Amino acid sequence: MADILKIGGRDLTSRLFLGTGKFSSNRLIPEVVKASGAQVVTVALRRVDMDFQEENIAAYVPGECVLMPNTSGARNAEEAVRIARLARAAGCGNWVKIEVIKDNRYLLPDNQETVRATEILAAEGFVVLPYMSPDLITAKKLAEAGAAAVMPLGSPIGSNRGLKTKELIRILIDEIPLPIIVDAGIGRPSEAAEAMEMGAAAVLVNTAIATAEDPVAMGRAFGLAVEAGRAAYLAGMPEAAEYARASSPLTGFLRD
Amino acid sequence: MGAGKLIIILNGTEETVPEDTTLEGLIRSRGLKPDSIIVEYNFGLVKRDSWAGIVLKENDRVEILRFVGGG
Repeated sequence: MADILKIGGRDLTSRLFLGTGKFSSNRLIPEVVKASGAQVVTVALRRVDMDFQEENIAAYVPGECVLMPNTSGARNAEEAVRIARLARAAGCGNWVKIEVIKDNRYLLPDNQETVRATEILAAEGFVVLPYMSPDLITAKKLAEAGAAAVMPLGSPIGSNRGLKTKELIRILIDEIPLPIIVDAGIGRPSEAAEAMEMGAAAVLVNTAIATAEDPVAMGRAFGLAVEAGRAAYLAGMPEAAEYARASSPLTGFLRD
Repeated sequence: MGAGKLIIILNGTEETVPEDTTLEGLIRSRGLKPDSIIVEYNFGLVKRDSWAGIVLKENDRVEILRFVGGG
């Protein structure tokens, strides 16, 4: 039976979401999408810099992908809502990653404003995926507010420090009846696999792929790791034990 | 009339533009590719086909935005 992740009316076969920040060239993006198998791709919305004109990154995201604008740059719910509405009106579809950040050192999200923005946007028909600090009560509020998934951070954005919040994420996976997507901090494929083994529905990876020496090869590595971790979760992993449990018969070779 | 100037707020900064400048004219004067940008005029998104019909007025607020890389 196919293992499908259903979000916002889409049937996803890949559980790796890809962020598009920090690539040395936008031209890498379609190649990374292909190598990683990612079907959901995030972008940000910003004022045009009149002195330094860039390209429109959305043009580099293959058409079959779900384009998920984030609300990065928003410092409160109202700004997040404004960005989301603009992105949708610009033809970006109705998915949005809510990101409300006031803390510039650790880039930790404001959970309370994130809940408020989720309420407003879910009521307007958006498929809302809120980025949050892993906290059970907030996650419950996000679910009540109509979030399509909940995206707890593993460690601070871009830090490559892995699943520092593992125990809190585990609680969300156990308690919240929505897909839990680990977003931020995943620095290596083994950490993506670990999140998937725990039962995360997906992971969102950006920095670890975009800033690798070979982003296309790293995209493939993450795609494989996510698949492996998911397969292990579905296979049902045995518990860890303190002492050895013999894999071979414990009798002597020729004697009892 | 005719040779007058007016001040608008473009991406948060005051800019002086000639009277009778349209939104379309403003965008072209900045060398922006229409396909690559999103334009908000006085807090409402305006589609490309209406840019030519909007004549800028004093204190108008124009935001020109674009999708960029982000995670």
